[in-house]
Amino acid sequence: MSPDTLAQHHNPGHGHGHGHGHAHGDGAGHGTLKGYLTGFALAVILTAIPFWLVMGDVFANPQVTAFGIMALAVVQVIVHMVYFLHMNTRSEGGWTMLALIFTIVIVAITLSGSLWVMYHLNANMMPMPAHDMRGMP
Amino acid sequence: MSSNPDFWSFVFGRLSWESFPLHEPILVVTFLAVALGGAAMLGALTYFRAWGYLWREWLTSVDHKRIGIMYIVLALIMLLRGFADALMMRAQQAIAFGGSEGYLPPHHYDQIFTAHGVIMIFFVAMPLVTGLMNFVVPLQIGARDVAFPFLNNFSFWMTVSGAVIVMMSLFVGEFAQTGWLAYPPLSGLEGSPGVGVDYYIWALQVAGIGTLLSGVNLIATIVKMRAPGMTMMKLPVFTWTALCTNVLIVASFPVLTAVLVLLSLDRYVGTNFFTNDLGGNPMMYVNLIWIWGHPEVYILILPAFGVFSEVTSTFCSKRLFGYTSMVYATVVITILSYLVWLHHFFTMGSGASVNSFFGITTMIISIPTGAKIFNWLFTMFRGRIRFEVPMMYTVGFMVTFVIGGMTGVMLAVPPADFQLHNSLFLIAHFHNVIIGGVVFGMFAGIAYWFPKAFGFKLDPFWGKMSFWFWLIGFWVAFMPIYVLGLMGVTRRLNHFDDPSLQIWFVVAAFGAVLIACGIASFLIQLVVSFMKREQLRDLTGDPWGGRTLEWSTSSPPPVYNFAFTPIIHDHDAWWDMKQRGYTRPLHGFRPIHMPKNTGTGIILAGLSIAFAFGMIWYMWWLAALSFVAMVVISIGHTFNYHRDFHIPSEVVDRTERTRTALMAGE
Repeated sequence: MSPDTLAQHHNPGHGHGHGHGHAHGDGAGHGTLKGYLTGFALAVILTAIPFWLVMGDVFANPQVTAFGIMALAVVQVIVHMVYFLHMNTRSEGGWTMLALIFTIVIVAITLSGSLWVMYHLNANMMPMPAHDMRGMP
Repeated sequence: MSSNPDFWSFVFGRLSWESFPLHEPILVVTFLAVALGGAAMLGALTYFRAWGYLWREWLTSVDHKRIGIMYIVLALIMLLRGFADALMMRAQQAIAFGGSEGYLPPHHYDQIFTAHGVIMIFFVAMPLVTGLMNFVVPLQIGARDVAFPFLNNFSFWMTVSGAVIVMMSLFVGEFAQTGWLAYPPLSGLEGSPGVGVDYYIWALQVAGIGTLLSGVNLIATIVKMRAPGMTMMKLPVFTWTALCTNVLIVASFPVLTAVLVLLSLDRYVGTNFFTNDLGGNPMMYVNLIWIWGHPEVYILILPAFGVFSEVTSTFCSKRLFGYTSMVYATVVITILSYLVWLHHFFTMGSGASVNSFFGITTMIISIPTGAKIFNWLFTMFRGRIRFEVPMMYTVGFMVTFVIGGMTGVMLAVPPADFQLHNSLFLIAHFHNVIIGGVVFGMFAGIAYWFPKAFGFKLDPFWGKMSFWFWLIGFWVAFMPIYVLGLMGVTRRLNHFDDPSLQIWFVVAAFGAVLIACGIASFLIQLVVSFMKREQLRDLTGDPWGGRTLEWSTSSPPPVYNFAFTPIIHDHDAWWDMKQRGYTRPLHGFRPIHMPKNTGTGIILAGLSIAFAFGMIWYMWWLAALSFVAMVVISIGHTFNYHRDFHIPSEVVDRTERTRTALMAGE
């Protein structure tokens, strides 16, 4: 930790008592070689599957492929957070997890809310013949 | 070479002699006044040889207390500009009836209401809030500085840069004529081909970096640097509200940044995110900017609630009623503030289900807010109330803000909103909550913590003058606006045909003059208090009988805040310490590890002004050059390893001994 973060000098002050000149990352988990290798293997597998889904034309319907890839991407994000960013319920006394949950809630509200609002904007419009609708953006 | 137009347009981009508003007498006179005032100030600084002192002790300071004070100075300067805009608008609307055009042509009037909104929110309310949090939070949690002192200095100077960019638009070019949120398609390249919207974008982007970073900084400070024993449920309420506000900042400001990036892409490289054709949708801009904009409202009001909580319990000499419910109310407001943004555009065309969802969530927010009001009232109930200036602002707030809250609930009813949307009723509502809530809160906070910052109280007579002018001025200025709104008058008009409306605008203008007297009284108060500082001096460090840790140290606090980190057993820590007969430690001091001052923040912020100026005027070489310089200096700063030092124990000993002598009256 660089000297201009004063936080380390106040370490005894926040509940989870370690930090006597602790060199860095008070409270954050430290990775093990096994953890990194597991994460790496999982990441490779989760990357290979979508590649195979596209190159091997596994599903006839491209929409199924797209959703499959997105689902795997979500799993990939979780793998990265757990194995590489050491996300767990204990690090920093639970603050990391709390921040993550808050972020997810806010992003979910923003995305789902915007989609809902934007798709609802035509609710009060006059009914429009189908061929006029096609001209709409 | 010199006659080559390509060369000159490369050097100066869009900038030409026509960009300077020499044909606008109002602006020329303003410029002369500013130039004379500025020259006088620079001359005085040189005459008193204050440059070195200013640079070493203030501009490069990483001390959270000095940065907090500088934020508030910035806010007060910008308040004068923003309020001058308000007076001009009130004067225009009071005279521009029937045959009279008033004195402001539409293009000028439009810039004024845009600048008024932008300045008041981003460069008055935000710096006031951030400044108070910066000054108070580390002291309240028993810390010696914020978590990242250099970042704090950098954040402050980025905010100043944003303000400078807005001010430049007054004399070089023009400001946006779009309203304070710059809705496209009006703010698109076709609607606003000039530099106004670009000034707007870059001012907010530059200041936004500062706001975001100071949010990160204060969260880290509150989470990591609390004194031993201070659990979350022992945090002072102001620190709780500061934490929630900074969480809101960190979660919402990136949305503003992103939406402004999309708008700049539309304006600079011809994308079509928010255009009317080619698949763009301007309504998406409205949606996104309010996802930032609604939390922004709570970013401003939550710290004001915190100030009122501290002030109420201090001046009633009672523990705050319902501490736990106060904390939960704050957290609930934090979450709910993300679920209401659509109430700013009920009329945009969504159906009943969307509108009723957002109408109901909006009404729900009034419940925790109402709980807070009752908590303050019950704290006052059977308390020994001292009506000092901060307490007067608190009572004025409770009376005024409740009315604003109720008109807010009225606006939250979608069918009513269809009548009131974009009317002066809305204008009256949000000035009601911002003046009655945020401004009163910040003035209460300034009066409350001023003796902590400078070691002497503010003069109470002029403080009371200022309070009464503000309170009465607000009611006289905005009640007619409510009435006009109910009669259907829409906002942002610079001319009216119906002469029967004029009397209401004249009354409102008179109210604005009363508020001007309130601001003048505040400035007089500062001068008078400085002159009478020996009479107003406070040597105890605890002039109000305070309850929280900041009152345990000297006024002004030493650079290291606390010689020893206090240990906390109860909330209202200092009150608890006083009850248990706490005595100051007088020896056994140890060297204190502190961060060193650095000029990097102000240099980077100065370069960001050059960068923004280059982008605004299409001087690409300037933008590229200053951007590269910023990157190089930032990287260079990371190699500066001499950024901390130790205050020797003898110095700490001497400082504390001086305080002991002062307290003993020697």
